[in-house]
Amino acid sequence: MEAMEKEKVGSTTAETPTIRREITLSTLRQAVLSGLDSSIKTEQFLLNMGPQHPSTHGVLRVLLDLDGERIKKAVPDLGYLHRGTEKIAEYRTYNQIIPLTDRLDYVSAMANNYAFVRAVEKLLQLKVPERAEFIRTIVAEMQRIVNHLFWLGTQALDIGAMSVFFYTFREREVLLDLFEKMCGARLTTNYYRVGGVEGDITRDVIDALYAFVETFEGHIKEYNTLLETNRIWLARTKHIAVITGEDAVNFGLSGPTLRGSGVDYDLRKYEPYAAYDQVEWSVPVGHNGDIYDRYFIRVEEMRQSASIIRQCLDKLPEGPFMTDDHKVSFPPKGRVMHNMETLIHHFLLVVEGFRTPPGDTYCGTETPKGELGFYIVSDGSGKPYRMKIRAPSFVSMGAFDHMARGYMIADIVTIFGTYDIVMGECDR
Amino acid sequence: MHPVAESLNRRFPNVVTGSREALGDLTVYLKENGALDVFRALHDDPEFHYDYIVDVTSVDYPMDPDRFEVVYILYSLPRRHRIILKIRVPESHPVVDSIVSIWKGAEFMEREVYDMMGIQFRGHPDLRRILMPDDYDEGYPLRKDFPLVGKGWRDDFSFVPKYHEGLPPLPRGSK
Repeated sequence: MEAMEKEKVGSTTAETPTIRREITLSTLRQAVLSGLDSSIKTEQFLLNMGPQHPSTHGVLRVLLDLDGERIKKAVPDLGYLHRGTEKIAEYRTYNQIIPLTDRLDYVSAMANNYAFVRAVEKLLQLKVPERAEFIRTIVAEMQRIVNHLFWLGTQALDIGAMSVFFYTFREREVLLDLFEKMCGARLTTNYYRVGGVEGDITRDVIDALYAFVETFEGHIKEYNTLLETNRIWLARTKHIAVITGEDAVNFGLSGPTLRGSGVDYDLRKYEPYAAYDQVEWSVPVGHNGDIYDRYFIRVEEMRQSASIIRQCLDKLPEGPFMTDDHKVSFPPKGRVMHNMETLIHHFLLVVEGFRTPPGDTYCGTETPKGELGFYIVSDGSGKPYRMKIRAPSFVSMGAFDHMARGYMIADIVTIFGTYDIVMGECDR
Repeated sequence: MHPVAESLNRRFPNVVTGSREALGDLTVYLKENGALDVFRALHDDPEFHYDYIVDVTSVDYPMDPDRFEVVYILYSLPRRHRIILKIRVPESHPVVDSIVSIWKGAEFMEREVYDMMGIQFRGHPDLRRILMPDDYDEGYPLRKDFPLVGKGWRDDFSFVPKYHEGLPPLPRGSK
């Protein structure tokens, strides 16, 4: 867009009769294109942005090497929210780590819970009941919608469109209320368990979800009327922070940030888990790799999520929502006081947690922000010997310099937004 | 043996020391010396085509002669296959070759490994601490000999009990 505006300035001035003016403008243009060499006297300076800045989505700090308003180099400075989750996890049993994962990406806690329990289940080679798999899929997709609504509202707010925020938060609230019904919490949910989920999905939640997906398509249209043809939105998102598919793969980007560049890498399709291979859905992919395409993909993903939820609700099988392997899951409370073996299981689970076989595994899950992976090394005890979190926000920040170079200061905020960055996850 | 491991073994007999398949993952063990050539082949060769970098991380085994294990996780988008590579380095010389020239995404990942475990990457463009403060000199937090609590700013306060020294004696009269 910036380039297009230059084009306009150039073409209008070409019509003006004074030759002298045209020469100065063309030199200016030349200078801008060649990265401002000696023809114009400018001052280069270093600007510190953050960590306390309303638009950095938390405590992110960037050092900007500027040439006028144009970014020559951007150096992210991370770690302001580093809480040492990986270190703490080495001293906790697996069940105690699940609440820690809530605090990683705190706007989509369900997705983090899911990524972690999947990794542990892979290590245990544990089979999860079918009903639990469907509930997990439904809740993961609800979380995806919640996350994308939050993203859409804040991204628009960052750019200056205030009203979108109110509309998206209206729908987000509906889903958060359902989370509250299911597990008692809206944000730090702690709902998934190794071997299933904490509680069953009830009839009133199912009815409310049906009602939600029924009206959701109309709401998406509502957001789109506010943005799709909004001139400011288009000017601020089209052709900004462009990254080619090849570069995006090389940087290890994932989620909508990668798919905006035309790469269809989605773990739900590439390595299907839960109920994703039992429902019909597609992976939206962009073409230009700019912020607008990534916006388009997230909106489309919300549609797909709503469709996945509806199909999963239709197919929701009856049965247990938690594995009956009581080496891993708590036995029913009623039996604990009457049966010696169940009491021992209960006691051991509380005191030392379940043991995992020695070995190591990596398990990646498609969260709303991208591939959230857990690499767990087990030494055979009830605690992980080492746990590494592969956070999509952290990996995205690695590509920040590459994507911000050449754009304006004002675009920095939109680039943070387009990663959907959450510092809790980035710094862990 | 997995075809990828077999092929790597044939082409780099001096670098590949073994392989293992467990839980659906392929793990290949490498020697530090010459590992960069293996990585380049894994990325460039159409036979492997591991174009996507998932993660670079490390594990500490304080009792082993080669104390640190650097773990690389790569993914091939066209072949839909994941591979884990492991290199062991001793505490006296914890240095491996940087793979930033092959996967640009490795830059931050390697910085994090350096920050948390103190492993150095030869040829890394900007090897600094990333999550901890730049001037942090208490060591490397994810090493096993780094305590969970009681190191860092806590020690500056005389009234805070020091965990590694044991708790202070209970006041008289208390049970």
